[in-house]
Amino acid sequence: MMRLVPVRETILAGAILVLLILVASRFPGFVAPSNLANVFNDTAPLIILALGQMVVILTRCIDLSVAANLALTGMAVAMINVAMPGLPIPVIIAIAILLGGALGAINGVLVWKLAIPPIVVTLGTMTIFRGIIFLISDGKWVNSHEMSPAFTGVPRMVLLGLPVLSWAAIVTIFLFAIMMARTQFGRSIFAVGGNPHAAVYTGIDVGKTQFWAFVVSGALAGLTGYLWVSRFAVAYVDIAGGFELEVVAACVIGGISIAGGIGSVGGAVLGALFLGVVKNALPVVNISPFWQLAISGSAILIAVAFNARAGRKKGRIILKEAEGAK
Amino acid sequence: MTDAPQPATQARHVPDRLNSSAARLFKSWEALLLAVAISIFMINSFASPYFLNAWNLSDATFNFTEKAMIAFAMALLIISGEIDLSVASIIALASTAMGLALQYGAGTPELVMVGLTVGLLCGAFNGFFVTVLGLPSIVVTIGTMSLFRGISFIILGDDAFRGYPSSFSWFGQGYIYWVFTVEMLLFVIIAIIYGVLLHKTNFGRAVYAIGNNPTAALFSGIRVQRVKFILFLLTGLMSGVAAVCLTSRLGSTRPSIAMGMELEVVTMVVLGGVNILGGSGTIPGVVIAAFVMGLVTFGLGLLNVPGIVMSIFIGLLLIGVIALPRLWAMVAARRKA
Amino acid sequence: MTHPAPHAPDVTPIVSMDMITKTFPGVKALDDVKLDLYPGQVTALVGENGAGKSTTVKILTGIYKTDGGTIRIDGQPVSFAAPNDAAKAGITAIHQETVLFDELSVAENIYIGHAPKTRFGLIDTSEMHRAASALLAEIGAPFNSHTQLRELGIANKHLVAIARALSVDARVVIMDEPTAALSHKEIEELYDLVDTLKSQGKAILFISHKFDEIFRIADRYTVFRDGAFVGDGRIADIAEDDLVTMMVGRSVDQIFPARAHDVGEEVLKVVGYEHPTEFSEINFSLNRGEILGFYGLVGAGRSEFMQALFGITKPSKGVCRINGDITVIRSPADAVSNGIVYVPEDRGKQGAVIGLPIFQNITLPSLGRTSRRGFLQMAEEFKLAREYSQRLDLRAAALDQDVGNLSGGNQQKVVIAKWLATQPQVIILDEPTKGIDIGSKAAVHEFMAELAAQGLSVIMVSSEIPEVIGMSDRVIVMREGRIAAELNGADLSPEILVRHAAGITSSSEGNAA
Repeated sequence: MMRLVPVRETILAGAILVLLILVASRFPGFVAPSNLANVFNDTAPLIILALGQMVVILTRCIDLSVAANLALTGMAVAMINVAMPGLPIPVIIAIAILLGGALGAINGVLVWKLAIPPIVVTLGTMTIFRGIIFLISDGKWVNSHEMSPAFTGVPRMVLLGLPVLSWAAIVTIFLFAIMMARTQFGRSIFAVGGNPHAAVYTGIDVGKTQFWAFVVSGALAGLTGYLWVSRFAVAYVDIAGGFELEVVAACVIGGISIAGGIGSVGGAVLGALFLGVVKNALPVVNISPFWQLAISGSAILIAVAFNARAGRKKGRIILKEAEGAK
Repeated sequence: MTDAPQPATQARHVPDRLNSSAARLFKSWEALLLAVAISIFMINSFASPYFLNAWNLSDATFNFTEKAMIAFAMALLIISGEIDLSVASIIALASTAMGLALQYGAGTPELVMVGLTVGLLCGAFNGFFVTVLGLPSIVVTIGTMSLFRGISFIILGDDAFRGYPSSFSWFGQGYIYWVFTVEMLLFVIIAIIYGVLLHKTNFGRAVYAIGNNPTAALFSGIRVQRVKFILFLLTGLMSGVAAVCLTSRLGSTRPSIAMGMELEVVTMVVLGGVNILGGSGTIPGVVIAAFVMGLVTFGLGLLNVPGIVMSIFIGLLLIGVIALPRLWAMVAARRKA
Repeated sequence: MTHPAPHAPDVTPIVSMDMITKTFPGVKALDDVKLDLYPGQVTALVGENGAGKSTTVKILTGIYKTDGGTIRIDGQPVSFAAPNDAAKAGITAIHQETVLFDELSVAENIYIGHAPKTRFGLIDTSEMHRAASALLAEIGAPFNSHTQLRELGIANKHLVAIARALSVDARVVIMDEPTAALSHKEIEELYDLVDTLKSQGKAILFISHKFDEIFRIADRYTVFRDGAFVGDGRIADIAEDDLVTMMVGRSVDQIFPARAHDVGEEVLKVVGYEHPTEFSEINFSLNRGEILGFYGLVGAGRSEFMQALFGITKPSKGVCRINGDITVIRSPADAVSNGIVYVPEDRGKQGAVIGLPIFQNITLPSLGRTSRRGFLQMAEEFKLAREYSQRLDLRAAALDQDVGNLSGGNQQKVVIAKWLATQPQVIILDEPTKGIDIGSKAAVHEFMAELAAQGLSVIMVSSEIPEVIGMSDRVIVMREGRIAAELNGADLSPEILVRHAAGITSSSEGNAA
């Protein structure tokens, strides 16, 4: 029996393939392996954040603060680097992940302990985090010449033919695939989103699972914060402004149900890749990058309409002949 | 069909007891909010000598009048259990459309018509996806949020439309009398219209019923989808009105106009005591919330606090007003136990 | 009055609840109750709605904490801080509506929370599927462990829940109205499973409203009334009537109101209603002042048809005539304006608008009459609400009280009042007495008779045979989405109803009409 989830992913993968073929038919260079690797590298932050967002959405929440978290953590590690240029990069990365996780935990606690709707919580923390960046940086930029070469070098460093940034995404995908399929936490996430009432009866703490989902999302935002700031070698208040919407868009396009409980790692990754391919293809086919926003908006609408149609509940089948027909 | 027959048994009489309703209104959230507004007003007037100046206060109202116009419609939408995150993008698209109309030589009345019509159409577009296709409004409007503003970007790119006629500037820059602006008048009129609509009409009652239990509302013969569609239309229309005011005030259109305003509108609605999950809330609450936000922003501005830092206060306010009563209840419960 | 356990049972209970008290704001849900569950025995927990059965289940499964009393397992006092603790103690529950996870596979549903792990702490999927398959084979489940739960029907979902109970090596299995949504055949299969569980020495707590069922499978009974313990003992030692008396605190003989069966002209005629999957060839007519019963097994398509008639779903074919005129009903609003109203089975979800006050619930469909040009007229609203709440003898503190604070019976009254206030011609009552205590049932029956006497046409969907026979002028039996029979007068016997509903055609003499 064919399952619904892979079908959805196959269609999305097919859409990406069609897109690539269309672009390649006029600009073969776009599908050259080196260029595809570039596209993947460029999409890596979106992939990482989409996976974090996926976990949150699966538990029936939403995290609109990821981009602000990314910017705040990025600014914090950039300033730490300026103040202590000698601090080894692994320590910086650990700080970024911990700080991001802590910011996520703030969201999580408010949702878990005070039962405030997630959209309200993360709308609030989103503006607060941005404000705090201004407070700690005094509105100034941290520029590339102030950062240490090691700090800015890591994401570009090539290992086995791919930059570290790409590897970060690949490792995250791999870890998530295991976490979602093979760990207690991963299965609990589906349970909490699919049927919170039943989850309680099976001994799963709904609020606590949501809390950890926010921590995971926050930690990944923190990691991306470092990668982002070091890759572009600049940190300021507005970096990644509005990026949270692109992250949610990737999830929605990837078939993750905003009502919770339905979605997959493959879907989130493909959703992010779809947006990444579109974004990188636009300049190649000579369409103004200003089209990007409208295209991703349309993609969200089409994806959500399509997924809703596929997942629509059919009525009860009572008639004998109807049972035979279907 | 039949006339009321007499029951066989002597039934008990259940008292009506609605006299408390007016009192209840001011015993609760709105009263708390009003107290907050008054204390902010007092603090501000002590903190800065420039605060208690009629012209400064009049200027300060621009901080909230445009957002509040949308917030009133948004309040109804949120009470019905839906949300529209695309309102700021509707402003961008409506404003861009007005700019385009200007290029084709439209005068002030045409510009206003264009702005309102585009707002209405955008609302209809959202409403179609939510009520006809049955999709969740939060996803739909995140999508249209990108789409509407995206269209503005396609049309304008890095450019801007300028050169609106001087008569057009009346909406965002004009005064009715002394320090009272045109926008203030609009704010009052719209507040009254929505207050009456929500609290005094059958339509408003349907909005509450839908927000509390959409299935039971449907089973009670309410045309749930039609009501929701109208609410999206109204929110779109109000965004169009705000687009006219904002464009008129700024005198130009850029695709980044009103960026992020949807968050402030939602904050205003939630701060006003509207349950983000639907079912409850009042227009007077939103009116007071508008003043609170306006006063906070103005006061901090006088103290030379930059805008981005003010947003910290807005964010804290949003979370705090919901968190504090819950914390309070938790502490009270623990003390009892 | 009470029946102390006649002879000390040979075995000691696995679970023993003693002097358990649970208070909610304003309500004492349980007051010093006791309940013992013995290994290898089925204990039926009997009580009316509100007797404290579901509270007891929630305490046993660790959802609620007790305010007083002790729970002992094998004689040792325990306390459950979280649902997990109850599960660890070997207590598991199979719920009314199967509460599992549609998006997970059968094996994952069985093992969620306690899946076998590999050395690295990851879920061992192959071992999990192997163990799940073994369990499914043991209970004779007709599907495999890789199936997505969403693809299973209710009866099979029950099997998954039972497999789950076996997988945790539960010693105590709680079954909360497990047969409520099952067909006859599925119920028999469930009984076999209960026997299997018994033979494995598990203690079973069985909650049911059906007395035939209790006497069929229970070994022991415990009766609660209004949150208090009334008595317990062995099923073999008690007669059905005595158990009913213990449950309601008085002897109840179901007497239905006497009715003059004179009906008027035709009000509603339904011709050829069809739906692609739910029902087909529905034809009938309804007359003024008539009570038309719709009987059938659960899932026969009765509610589905009623919802189509009320405009919630759309039939693919069919015509409906009201007073002879062809009427198109596309939405509930259309139905209401044509004088057809529907009191749904699910009061909480589809009936009352919890969060709105009583008077606003009552006037909701009648706002067109109580308002002026779309503007609310409070005085008119109260007048209408007062009139109908009085007529239904509603018990409430005030009309502006939230309906959510009312008892189930009073919520039902509000829903009925809401519809009577629209002055309908036809009222459809879907399982009007389901989940209502015996005392309130009689009141509902009396009221139905009164409505019909006043010329209202009533369609009553009911699964309770005595109610169907006692109240209806005429009965339509549905089976598998079709009308199986239309019966009245002498044909109205329990046996004939059941035959038509279950599709038993072998007997020749029963096939009258």
